[in-house]
Amino acid sequence: MTVRLYVPRDAAALALGADRVAKRLADEAARRGLDVTIVRNGSRGMHWLEPLVEVETAAGRIAYGPVKPSDVPGLLDAGLTEGKAHPLCLGKTEEIPFLRNQTRLTFARCGVTDPLSLDDYKAHGGLLGLERAIAMAPADIVREVTDSGLRGRGGAGFPTGIKWKTVLEASGEKKYIVCNADEGDSGTFADRMIMEGDPFVLIEGMAIAGLATGATRGYIYTRSEYPHAIAAMSDAIDIARAAGILGPSVLGSGKAFDMEVRTGAGAYVCGEETALLNSLEGKRGVVRAKPPLPALQGFLGRPTVVNNVISLASVPVVLEKGAAHYRDFGMGRSRGTIPIQIAGNVKHGGLYETAFGLTLGEIVDAIGGGTATGRPVRAVQVGGPLGAYFPRALFDTPFDYEAFAAKDGLIGHAGITVFDDTVDMLKQARFAMEFCAVESCGKCTPCRIGSTRGVETADKIAQGIEPEKNRELLTDLCNTMKFGSLCALGGFTPYPVMSALTHFPEDFSPAPLAEAAE
Amino acid sequence: MNVHVAGSDVGTKTLAIVGALKGLEGPLLPILHEIQAEFGYVPQESLPVIAKELNLSRAEVHGVVTFYHDYRDHPAGRHVLKLCRAEACQSMGGDDIAERVKALLGIDFHQTTLDGAVTLEPVYCLGLCSCAPSAMLDGAVHGRLDADLAAELVAEARR
Repeated sequence: MTVRLYVPRDAAALALGADRVAKRLADEAARRGLDVTIVRNGSRGMHWLEPLVEVETAAGRIAYGPVKPSDVPGLLDAGLTEGKAHPLCLGKTEEIPFLRNQTRLTFARCGVTDPLSLDDYKAHGGLLGLERAIAMAPADIVREVTDSGLRGRGGAGFPTGIKWKTVLEASGEKKYIVCNADEGDSGTFADRMIMEGDPFVLIEGMAIAGLATGATRGYIYTRSEYPHAIAAMSDAIDIARAAGILGPSVLGSGKAFDMEVRTGAGAYVCGEETALLNSLEGKRGVVRAKPPLPALQGFLGRPTVVNNVISLASVPVVLEKGAAHYRDFGMGRSRGTIPIQIAGNVKHGGLYETAFGLTLGEIVDAIGGGTATGRPVRAVQVGGPLGAYFPRALFDTPFDYEAFAAKDGLIGHAGITVFDDTVDMLKQARFAMEFCAVESCGKCTPCRIGSTRGVETADKIAQGIEPEKNRELLTDLCNTMKFGSLCALGGFTPYPVMSALTHFPEDFSPAPLAEAAE
Repeated sequence: MNVHVAGSDVGTKTLAIVGALKGLEGPLLPILHEIQAEFGYVPQESLPVIAKELNLSRAEVHGVVTFYHDYRDHPAGRHVLKLCRAEACQSMGGDDIAERVKALLGIDFHQTTLDGAVTLEPVYCLGLCSCAPSAMLDGAVHGRLDADLAAELVAEARR
């Protein structure tokens, strides 16, 4: 009987040599006359163990990692195909503490199934949410999503159900579901992982959104930096269409919904929903003033739901298990689970899906295991390049939208980037301004000009030129950008800058330069 | 009347690409991606053809092409090496790797080696932040770069 081996096709695994491991496994197995099937699954999210090879045994899946191509002969000698002991053996995959302690709702199948096998998808609960939605009235689907407490996972945290209700009630010949997969924030990769590891769940979520709002056309707008996600998503859409999940009659419901992938062209600001819509229309990715809301006048001026990948990918489980099941996880007004992405200088980097409410310290120290370099953690940036830097003193902050806002920070897309004590926070503040200057769409002055002035001011502080006056100027600039910018790019760049200045003032007082000799 | 005077080959191929994609909703970015895939850059001669076929002004098309970082106005080197410069990669010494790669290639970001072998570009996040620093060489991704791996990548790109 053939033995099923799993070697991830996730880009993080590929970046660490998964293709070479898979090829070596296939070659060695053939040479030894072993009957193996190599499944290229998504990643389990334990990226420090990638490439993670798994074997299916009677006792469950057994994991080995991180595996190098040169480890393969030794692993086969030791009895990899029977799940036998080896120094790289990690035991049962599901029993690895990092995985065992998670609550996987959105990522339940990611890393478990073959991403492009519809049979696998159905065998693991796929399509149950869509089937239930088909039997419901649109307003009831919207109520279910509202009742679940699901909020936009892209960063803004706006209640998904409310947005859907606006589109449902908007009049229009044609409506759209636009999936914001323009995941440009450093420290985040949840969208990429779900598109590569379980693309059908996003298709199912978008189809449910279509049924709920009366939209018949969907677009996934993603990044050119994500070629593997684009390929997986496009293949999955073709498979779903051939199976009747997409098309003129979704699963025989008589209701039409179809979709396609669109690729951006390297502009960070297109992650902002109105800039994204302009880009999708073939225009410069310039931010639009709101109102009108995209829900009423979005893509091509028609009613449009714009939701993040993770928001849409969480919808099937809400419909499958009911609003109450999802809502029962979490704290305060942050309901359900959140896929936390632990990145940067961290020992155990990867994706950790859990209910809201863990403290930042638990995530960084206990789950992340501290820094990769072994040095003390000095700062963590939460929420991407527009998120605040948190010092250890704020590690008791619970992971919750409101709790982070109360500490002048944001959860954003739930990426956490860890820095050790060698980090220069003035340099990080300068980078935040530089990034904003490079990526500004140019529509509003505070963002376009403020960011460039911010870089210059940070440079003056670094050079010891009137540091006190320039710190005040930097604060003033941030204030103008925060309240005067049209969108989150200019409006949130002050978060990393001001948090660095507030929590790490010692880095903004460099030793004064020696007077130059006349 | 033939309106595609300059670079007739570019004009003909552009016309075919536009013809195949103009039925899409919001066709301009898909068209520009195809044109760059065909020619390796977006030739100036293609802009008036696109503008005419999509009923846009040439200025509008020019505005879109120049807005996005991906579109080139001249061909890249035979290989394109992208180094991630974002925060997660910075936290793992990405800046030092970038300096080393620049020194090995003898060029700065946005430049191409004199032999036309390698173009070096910055990228702000490849989504490989848990295995930083990361890079992409001609579409293939690489993580946990150190000085040796970076040198290997440069050598590979040089070939």
